[in-house]
Amino acid sequence: MYEILTAKEIAPKIKLFEVYAPEIAEKAKPGQFIMVIIGEKGERVPLTIAGYNREKGTITFVFNEVGKTTKQLGLMKEGDRIWNITGPLGRPSDIRYFGKVLCVAGGVMIAPMLLQVKALREAGNTLVTVIGARIKSLLIFKDEIKALSHKFYVATDDGSEGYKGLDFLKEILAEEKFDRCIAMGPVSMLKTVCDLTRPFKIPTVVTLMPLMVDAMGMCGVCRVNVGGKMMFGCVDGPEFDGHLVDFDELVKRQRMLLPEERLSALLWELGGGKLGGE
Amino acid sequence: MAESKPKVKKKAVPIPKQPPEVRKRNFNEVALGYTEEQAIEEANRCLQCPNPQCVKGCPVGIDIPAFIRLLREGKYEEGIRKIKEKNSLPAVCGRVCPQEEQCQKYCVLGKVGDPVSIGRLERFLADWERARGFEIPEKLPSTGKRVAVIGAGPAGLTVAADLAKLGHEVVIFEALHLPGGVLVYGIPEFRLPKSIVQAEVDYIKKLGVELKLGYLIGRIYTIPELLKEKGFDAVFIGTGAGLPQFLGIPGENLGGIYSANEFLIRVNLMKAYAFPEYDTPIRIGRHVVVIGGGNVAMDAARSALRLGAEEVCVVYRRSREEMPARKEEIENAEEEGVIFKFLSAPTRFIGDNKGWVKQMECVRMELGPPDESGRRRPVVVKGSEFLMDTDTVIIAIGRTPNPIIQQTTEGLEVTKWGTIVTDENGKTSLEGVYAGGDIVTGEATVISAMGAGKRAAKAIHEYLMSKK
Repeated sequence: MYEILTAKEIAPKIKLFEVYAPEIAEKAKPGQFIMVIIGEKGERVPLTIAGYNREKGTITFVFNEVGKTTKQLGLMKEGDRIWNITGPLGRPSDIRYFGKVLCVAGGVMIAPMLLQVKALREAGNTLVTVIGARIKSLLIFKDEIKALSHKFYVATDDGSEGYKGLDFLKEILAEEKFDRCIAMGPVSMLKTVCDLTRPFKIPTVVTLMPLMVDAMGMCGVCRVNVGGKMMFGCVDGPEFDGHLVDFDELVKRQRMLLPEERLSALLWELGGGKLGGE
Repeated sequence: MAESKPKVKKKAVPIPKQPPEVRKRNFNEVALGYTEEQAIEEANRCLQCPNPQCVKGCPVGIDIPAFIRLLREGKYEEGIRKIKEKNSLPAVCGRVCPQEEQCQKYCVLGKVGDPVSIGRLERFLADWERARGFEIPEKLPSTGKRVAVIGAGPAGLTVAADLAKLGHEVVIFEALHLPGGVLVYGIPEFRLPKSIVQAEVDYIKKLGVELKLGYLIGRIYTIPELLKEKGFDAVFIGTGAGLPQFLGIPGENLGGIYSANEFLIRVNLMKAYAFPEYDTPIRIGRHVVVIGGGNVAMDAARSALRLGAEEVCVVYRRSREEMPARKEEIENAEEEGVIFKFLSAPTRFIGDNKGWVKQMECVRMELGPPDESGRRRPVVVKGSEFLMDTDTVIIAIGRTPNPIIQQTTEGLEVTKWGTIVTDENGKTSLEGVYAGGDIVTGEATVISAMGAGKRAAKAIHEYLMSKK
């Protein structure tokens, strides 16, 4: 059982949890993720680690309340305990000096991007950072990321803050030379970023969160086509060369069980939408 | 003595089973187990051979005639103790051991009729003991030595129990959120109820073993860290063969195509059969195809039926004779209505416009001369392509060793198949590090993993006691 020390809403339907998990905190590195199981009947949900504090023995993660499990998780309060957290999982990010790095993050994945930005900055890189969301109110960690970036941009799908969409990057990419790009966010955004950086041959690393069950290489539901090779998101990833990823297939695979996921959430809501577990 | 017996009963006492029509729609155990009278009647068939052949077929060398004699004398307590001298998981082995390939294959009675149903008798005693409640054996005084066991499957549970009884402090690190390994994620409820595994785990916990769930060794701690920083004197690796194999043919990433591992993990470990009460979903179509001919393929096919598939077809590239699955499981599957298509192999999958599988293209095979496994090698019949309609495909063509420990443990000797190299007692190339079960042999049986665990526990004990 893992005690929640902090639970706060940082944007509409986006929650940040800080959980006491000293052994995971001791070993976690940027780029890794955890599996969260809220109870005996719960599913295993992958969430990217957004922070860790080795002294306090805590890890931090941020999630969007979209499905049954994340909605239930959202009902948990400080002092409540999460049934099981497994981690750290996945290969850590390659953090070292690259030179000039373009960092693009969207939605809840802005949270783990903060961890990347901190580590890349510490390694001496020059950072040009873009954070994006559907609408203005969903932008998170703006000030924190801005403070660590040499140049900072905001984009929203509806243009309610900053640029509208990511098209503006074309100009920036044409003017400035980048040694690396890292992208974290929804698959559609990752695909857009890869399409933008491909003509400039900028090595682009994307963080993928396909469907997962065990997340330790056993089930293969997270298989991704990377340059014609079958890779597992959980143990070979979660980071891959974005220019080699078959995003269209990935989107289809991510949506494979959408009807079941919706049914599960709907039935739960009709049943009163309680935390449950027992 | 033996000659004085009037006559031998050629037929084994049948085990009561749920009827096929009923069981193919539920996940309850298929074989219901002998009653006391049935067990004694079956035990009475044993000839008590002075030179018992059955024992030679047992991978852990249980004194089979002795436990059968105790059973028929009504001495259940002593009978189960006799089994447990060699086998710490009798309720599991009595159900899932391939006895027809082991002890029962050598039973002298098999020459004139059915061999003695040794597995069913083992199960009877184990179930009797569990119903009564396990006796916790006395532990030897603490040695002050600490052992880390990686993986709570058959090998790891055996090592942990044996070492705890010898007075060592044992911590099991299990990567999944439930203990049992393949016994919980692989073997379905209808063949091995999870309550039995839980009872075995509870017993091991009562021996003082600490169980840490959700610890993927190699990611959270490495083996050198366990030994140098976390205060363990020895490590046992029992991480099993849990990596799925795929066919490597076009269309394999379409929706509706599962590895057997994914399918069974969803159904067994995550209890997707009880969705939406349990949160993990599974989608089962109308026409399910299972590729492969082993026990895992049978488990997947029979699970698919129980989840409501209209038709389940097992596609295997050789013929019935070469199927590696247990005969009993093939028969169970057939009784339940699973269809078999032999001498056929898939070549590609065809999807609909939503990315879901709708057809599978196969070729016919014929059998050539035997290959290195002794089975006749299947050869493609040119131009024999044909299509099968399907909306759910389960690929059950074998599992390979979990690789994370090997990737993260410097100096650990590994074969080209990814298995860990050990001596006959489980000793690896690293001091204080032992391994056993599928991670050493490749995919094998529960009983062989347990046997390896027994030997490794003995070797670890000797190692610990000889150290300073």
